[in-house]
Amino acid sequence: MSDLSDLYQSVILDHNKRPRNRGKPPTANRVATGDNPSCGDNCTVYLHLDPDGRIDAIGFEGSGCAISQASTSLMTTQVKGKTPAEAEALFNEFKTIVTTGQAPEEISDLAAFAGVHAFPARIKCATLGWHATLEALKQPPSA
Amino acid sequence: MSLSPDLRLDFPALDQLVGGKPLVYLDNGATTHKPRSVIDALARYYERDNSNVHRGLHALSMRATDGFEAARARTARFINAAHSAEIVFTRGTTESVNLVAQSWGNANLRPGDVILTTEMEHHSNLVPWQELARRTGATLRYVPVVGADAEHGLDLEALDRLLTPQVKLFAFTHLSNTLGVLNDAAALCAKARAVGALTLIDAAQSIGHEPMDVQALGCDFLAFSGHKMAGPTGIGVLYGKRALLDAMPPYQTGGGMVVSVTYEGATWKPSPERFEAGTPNIADAIGLSAAFDYLDALGRPAISAHDHALAQHACAALSELPGIRVLGPKPGQPRGGLVSFAFAEAHAHDVVTFADQDGIALRGGHHCNQPLMRKLGLPSTTRASFYVYNNEAEIELLVKSMRRILKFFAG
Repeated sequence: MSDLSDLYQSVILDHNKRPRNRGKPPTANRVATGDNPSCGDNCTVYLHLDPDGRIDAIGFEGSGCAISQASTSLMTTQVKGKTPAEAEALFNEFKTIVTTGQAPEEISDLAAFAGVHAFPARIKCATLGWHATLEALKQPPSA
Repeated sequence: MSLSPDLRLDFPALDQLVGGKPLVYLDNGATTHKPRSVIDALARYYERDNSNVHRGLHALSMRATDGFEAARARTARFINAAHSAEIVFTRGTTESVNLVAQSWGNANLRPGDVILTTEMEHHSNLVPWQELARRTGATLRYVPVVGADAEHGLDLEALDRLLTPQVKLFAFTHLSNTLGVLNDAAALCAKARAVGALTLIDAAQSIGHEPMDVQALGCDFLAFSGHKMAGPTGIGVLYGKRALLDAMPPYQTGGGMVVSVTYEGATWKPSPERFEAGTPNIADAIGLSAAFDYLDALGRPAISAHDHALAQHACAALSELPGIRVLGPKPGQPRGGLVSFAFAEAHAHDVVTFADQDGIALRGGHHCNQPLMRKLGLPSTTRASFYVYNNEAEIELLVKSMRRILKFFAG
């Protein structure tokens, strides 16, 4: 069985303790909530696209385990400046990381989640915030 | 009169390593392990007697029918029901509660009536009543829990105010799966009876741990599952007073529950067959009967004392750890055989993952009790729940593992 230090990497513990982009950005006009009914985790992602269609503001609220909180926090730092298509492509890479444990070389911080693959029950924790973000990107902007 | 430590050998599944460590199984509130005698009863049925029950005229069918009906009589004896006909086999507690809500509830409730339940119910004894209220226009009310950690259990003064003549049913848990609160079910039934309300006890958590006598409790309905009391999954029981069951319309219809059928309509058998449409879960009823035998051989007062003592030990030890908040009764106060607790710095899912690395099986989450968790301001808790095969050494391992988690997340 995998060691817990593989799962709870220092970057994950850091994002769990000091989440980045917590709260609703003032300019946000798209929102979506992800729920994990089995554990009660929930995550609401707020974001805004600039005129070029890139994410220029993103923030999140909610509660959950260290894996879901850290993953959502790290995700917000990674998708800022990206288009919806680029964000989705990054999510697909992230899914590969957490399901196979294999991380492409050019991916740095997200690779911290490679240890999740040895804990299949926790994959949905790691992807909760990502799902909410992709859902928010599909929502029509509010006025 | 205490349980022998050797009884652990009766449970084959306990003899295994998890992550290289001996399994410490503390998730008994979710489901218990099964003794060899229950597993053997299931195998013996399939190897020797397997056949369909009722109306069968051949040898195997008669043996299957005898075994199934003997299981019903054994169930009646286990909970001291007055008649076997008061025992309806279901899939489990959830189906038992739904049966009452659909059958008795749809036929008897109307706008102005009140269904009373409590804030500490499992979703299975809550959502069926919400839906029944929605269907019939009846009102659903909740007896509050009191104390920041719900340590004082149900608010009995509020209960007295809420128990009005409009209350037609009071449905409550015997033992809270989240708090460990053991309600005084006989007293609650007496209060309900005084205003003419029927009572339903959710005994899912108590049936395998506490002596159970439906006549002494004075309840009208009692629901439980086999798998939380050393029996198989997929089998459960609804106890109902005979006159009530015989006045209730069917829950499901089909074969086995009819007296005669024409192209125009059908007439129903009395209880319990009326509520057992289709081929019943014969094998698991027989396995359940073996579980009753096993628990009675251990002695139910001894089981209760054993599980309570472990929960008290765990409650006291965990309460001493800084950064841990224990829900429900405080150390020394009466509690059933489980303890749930929350870390200030760690989410229950992280806790359960850590404990699993130590070979310890716990449950983390909302325990199918979302409204209560919201009220207590907790997203989730970690629960350790005990059974006959657990011991003091395992509590020490639990506490050691929790200390390690506290240290890890404090760093």
